[in-house]
Amino acid sequence: MGETIVVTSGKGGVGKTTTTANLGTALAFAGFKVVLVDTDIGLRNLDVVMGLENRIVYDIVDVTSGNCRLKQALIKDKRFDSLYLLPAAQTKDKTAVSPDEMEALCEELQDEFDYTLIDCPAGIEQGFYNAIAGADKAIVVATPEVSAVRDADRIIGLLESADLRNPKLIVNRIRPRMVKQGDMMDIEDIVDILAIDLLGVVPEDEKIIVSTNRGEPAVMDVVSQAGEAYRRIAQRIRGEEVPLMNLDVSNSIMNKLRRLVGMR
Amino acid sequence: MWELLFRVLGKHTPNSRIHAKERLRLVLVHDRASISPYLMNRLKEDLIRVISNYMIIDEEGMEVHLDQDEQEVALIASIPIKKIRRDYMERAQTS
Repeated sequence: MGETIVVTSGKGGVGKTTTTANLGTALAFAGFKVVLVDTDIGLRNLDVVMGLENRIVYDIVDVTSGNCRLKQALIKDKRFDSLYLLPAAQTKDKTAVSPDEMEALCEELQDEFDYTLIDCPAGIEQGFYNAIAGADKAIVVATPEVSAVRDADRIIGLLESADLRNPKLIVNRIRPRMVKQGDMMDIEDIVDILAIDLLGVVPEDEKIIVSTNRGEPAVMDVVSQAGEAYRRIAQRIRGEEVPLMNLDVSNSIMNKLRRLVGMR
Repeated sequence: MWELLFRVLGKHTPNSRIHAKERLRLVLVHDRASISPYLMNRLKEDLIRVISNYMIIDEEGMEVHLDQDEQEVALIASIPIKKIRRDYMERAQTS
């Protein structure tokens, strides 16, 4: 029986969908059977991040309302045979699915897949409660900003009161250079404040934008720093102990020069 | 002016990281205790009303806030007393 992990954040735009797509792809690359579930009904996006938007026939609401069988709605990934997407509905709203239906759906998926990753919508309304209904574990994504960490704190409280204990933190889009200058909160600050376990740290990386443009998750890009960070997080999800990425900024003269002439 | 010069030189004026962390800490104390500034004010007004039955306090100098360590949130009130009411015994008995 597989594991169901929900990716949450509270605040929008911190990288839930990117995280879901990359972790799912990395786990599939490692040979696991993985399904990604987009629960952001009305605002679906996981399909475009995965580059699968042209293959959608049925969606999650078709499944829960009995318009089609689960198997018919699952879209196979372009790159990996063991990776599937269950897309959100675009024309309905978040009340089109109930927590009970989600729970039943996740149970069915768990029989088939090693990992079910659920991309949660932003906010703390019904969409959030639907997304977490069938989950065994939760990941909280936050960027190093006051607003994102504050919302993460709220989400952690809601997860715990819904009996999803010990959610794990991913700090996304950290900029080592700004941290070093004292202009961005460090990992320690955030872990200290939120008081939960750290699952990983993902550096800000322009390659994420490029990979999202192309619909190819950054974990497939061997030189992408964010891709490397996500690969490591996927290893940790599988229970391996992997050190955090070294994000030290070198202060070499070349780097300073580059910065001076605006090359980075 | 200095700031501009610093910026041109790529140096840095103090540390927005510390600001972020401190603001976050404060905002979370309130969030976690689920007490808004509005409720806090109501509480303060109620406290003043009750305490004023017994003593005259310095409302200006009064401070009420939540204090939090890892385990618990505590309500800390510092209320300077100007005068103890001489008639408080009678007031207590008659009420």
